[in-house]
Amino acid sequence: MTPSIADAIISCDNVTVNYGAFAAVRNIFLDIPRHKVTAFIGPSGCGKSTVLRCFNRMNDLIESFSMKGKVLFHGQDLYGPRVDPVEVRRRIGMVFQKPNPFPKTIYENIAFGARINGFKGDMDELVETSLRRAAVWDECKDKLQESGLSLSGGQQQRLCIARAIAVEPEVILMDEPCSALDPISTLKVEETLHALKKNFTIVIVTHNMQQAVRVSDMTAFYNAVDMEGSDGMVGYLAEYNETREIFNNPKSKDTEEYVTGRFG
Amino acid sequence: MFTHKKRPWTERLVDHTFIRMTAVLASVVSLTVFGIFFTVGFQAVFQGDLSSLLPWHPDSIWQGIAAWNDEETFGVRWGAIPHFGLGFLADSSWNPVRNDYGALTPIYGTLMTSALALLLAVPLGVGTAIFLTEDFLPQKLRTTIGFMVELLAAIPSVVLGLWAMAMLNGFLAAFTPLHTHLGWLPVFGTEPGGPNLAMASLILVVMLLPIITAVSRDSLNQVPPELRQGAYAVGATRWTSIFQVLIPAAVSGIVGGAMLALGRALGETMAVTMIIGNSTNLSASWFSPSSTIASLLANQFGEADDIQVSALYYAALVLMILTFLVNICAQVIVKRLALKYD
Amino acid sequence: MTSNATNPMATTCYPPAASGLTYNPYAPRNVWNRAMNLLAALFATIAVLPLVVVTLYVLYKGGGAITPAIFTELPPAPGLSEPMGMGNAIIGTAMVTGGAALVAIPVGVGGGIYLAEVARKGWFAQSIRFGVNVLAGVPSIICGLFIYALVVNTRILWGESFSALAGSLALAVLMLPTIVKTTDEGLKLVPQELRMGALGIGASRFVTITRVVLPAAVSPIATGVVLGIARAAGETAPLIFTALFSPFWPDWASGWGLLAPTATLSVQIYNFGIMPFEPQVQLAWAASFILVVMILAANLLARWLAHFSAS
Ligand SMILES: Nc1ncnc2c1ncn2[C@@H]1O[C@H](COP(=O)(O)OP(=O)(O)OP(=O)(O)O)[C@@H](O)[C@H]1O
Ligand SMILES: [Mg+2]
Repeated sequence: MTPSIADAIISCDNVTVNYGAFAAVRNIFLDIPRHKVTAFIGPSGCGKSTVLRCFNRMNDLIESFSMKGKVLFHGQDLYGPRVDPVEVRRRIGMVFQKPNPFPKTIYENIAFGARINGFKGDMDELVETSLRRAAVWDECKDKLQESGLSLSGGQQQRLCIARAIAVEPEVILMDEPCSALDPISTLKVEETLHALKKNFTIVIVTHNMQQAVRVSDMTAFYNAVDMEGSDGMVGYLAEYNETREIFNNPKSKDTEEYVTGRFG
Repeated sequence: MFTHKKRPWTERLVDHTFIRMTAVLASVVSLTVFGIFFTVGFQAVFQGDLSSLLPWHPDSIWQGIAAWNDEETFGVRWGAIPHFGLGFLADSSWNPVRNDYGALTPIYGTLMTSALALLLAVPLGVGTAIFLTEDFLPQKLRTTIGFMVELLAAIPSVVLGLWAMAMLNGFLAAFTPLHTHLGWLPVFGTEPGGPNLAMASLILVVMLLPIITAVSRDSLNQVPPELRQGAYAVGATRWTSIFQVLIPAAVSGIVGGAMLALGRALGETMAVTMIIGNSTNLSASWFSPSSTIASLLANQFGEADDIQVSALYYAALVLMILTFLVNICAQVIVKRLALKYD
Repeated sequence: MTSNATNPMATTCYPPAASGLTYNPYAPRNVWNRAMNLLAALFATIAVLPLVVVTLYVLYKGGGAITPAIFTELPPAPGLSEPMGMGNAIIGTAMVTGGAALVAIPVGVGGGIYLAEVARKGWFAQSIRFGVNVLAGVPSIICGLFIYALVVNTRILWGESFSALAGSLALAVLMLPTIVKTTDEGLKLVPQELRMGALGIGASRFVTITRVVLPAAVSPIATGVVLGIARAAGETAPLIFTALFSPFWPDWASGWGLLAPTATLSVQIYNFGIMPFEPQVQLAWAASFILVVMILAANLLARWLAHFSAS
């Protein structure tokens, strides 16, 4: 079911994730194409965030987390014994569902990441370009020295996007970045995604079908089933294809029901 | 049908009385605070006991004030504040023989022991709090260690003092190299030969650690985990996140906790009294015996009379004002710097 | 960045990733991180160490001095080594601390009820909250001086000066803010629905608070009270000028023993600990042992109470 992807930047090779004894997702095989936008869709609790967090080892922060299988980045196993998770996260950035600006000034929010990544250059310029690319420059150019928390929720989220792109990762992971935004801000973020696609690989989790159609090139549909020998639902990758195909010509019935809104 | 459709007057009476009573009980707290300030202030201004406030008392201060000029018969027995004025704070002689009192030595001792203790206890306490909020150890073990540090706060100060007295020689041996090698520094200028100010500071560190650790741990735990994730996501290491994101986010609690600990250190009595040497001679050296206001009170109040009692109350007033200011600062800081994050 | 060549828009100013994703143990940031890890572990060890050392030392020195006579005899006169007991101080601590609890619990719980249930806002409640915070910060020796001036020096209590009752009052002043605070906070944890439910069926405020709200919050309040009492039992400074000390059994003729100078464990540790006589010092350690065991037990009890309420 997985289309052959020539230029894969991240690949999952039979990934299974457990939280303690609880199996969250099972047997994921997935190739993320370079310089494209890949959308993850699926019902709540089916493991989209879990898979996404595997890509930059954010799951390391969860004590009960354990993983089997391989996640390859440029062919190198991210969970290999000698891999530095900090190095991984410098090359694979992340934007979270809830805006989480640092309790610092707007300027510092951007400069912080740049500085710890050894940025050498004009910081003012970097702050401005990053904020522009995240479509939030106009709203905060006059208050760069105010706290990032003084912005509205939607502006905070775009600040977080700016923060992520300022460190120039190769991949940006976005976990429902627009769930706290109004339609206007959502459109602005989507425009940002289009622009960013040229330079970055983007993986985005979304519950908004139109958004998936609008922004993504590829779509992965996850689902959860009651599996033998485990308590609760276990997530799996149900279908993965070009977005056009998923929405117009889905192979499985579940996918069709989900994308047309008749799911469950 | 319902006999109680209209509430009986007894029920209403009970209700009202109860509500009134809680208000009265609550005001006991404020009255006590007021009473403490008033009493200590009174005793610092007048000699003689509180009952001389009563107009019909044979030594009533009102009669004394009425007969202002007739000092021979009815003169008010003025206390330390009228006698020594503000010079009390800058005078280092405490001389019961000549009845000449100044509180500079104990004030200096109070401030110096507290400052030294805080200087050591803050890094130790915050470091411990960080250790307990990071994932170095399994959660169970961390909770146990946290509980043990809290238990330390429960050990009575007098027991710590007794222990410190038993350990004195060991600590003196540890201090001696500082004196032999760095003796040219005034603070290490005297030979450590017995109870001293440095020892008192170390015991204070032990008493402050649990407070600072507990408060810092709570404020670090309250930092939303999303902030750490955000820092990690831009490639921060553990300690970069801690120093640049987590601690700044928790700073109000940490500073508030340190101020709270400072308030405690200023007024800590028993352990300090047992180990500081209770000397009223001013010395720059941390290895000389010294005293704090609290230790002076514990040590001398029992045997004092007349103007010396009043001088001790004056010193107590100074201590109260100091701790009061520190506690107010703590509250203001917690409110001001509190991170508004939801 | 490795992708720089295919990345025309980025104005890359970042140093190239030297060794791919591999962990470089010699990179400055990794060295710094490991050093800080060690330092934090070291600090935590230093913080726990005093508890372990003090507890073990007290258990060792004090535990050895515990004999049955400790509980039934009086302390020896200075210079003698017989009898080796401190029954009077044990009774005294129970009397003084118990008296303090009897005074502070009703006042403190009543004040807490006022703050949490009657007047959450308003200048009066605010000023009382402020008072609670100030009182919590008052050094304990000043509580002693206050009661000395108010009660001991004026001989207001039936003409007596130093007395167990005066000691109780001093400790009560010390416990009061803790009890008000824990009551206030415990009551605030009670869900609003419970109050509405009771008031909704026509219960008076008195009945709502005493029959519904207070029972629901009894466990956090009990926890705070137990900890407050344990702390007060170990306090010395407020007692040295109020309850004073006595080498004798309580004078039951004088207000059931409440109106005479009374020995307590904590003051005994202070008085005997600084004496040059070995039997006295040994009794100081025995008293420390009893206090520490009692306080650790109270803390475990409080924890159990808190746990009990959680489940
Ligand atoms: N930290 C955790 N500890 C234990 N279980 C977890 C944790 N995080 C997620 N899970 C479980 O793993 C499963 C997958 O969660 P995940 O957050 O990946 O779902 P999701 O697809 O992102 O859902 P949503 O659309 O609601 O964000 C869920 O059943 C969830 O309960
Ligand atoms: Mg999710």
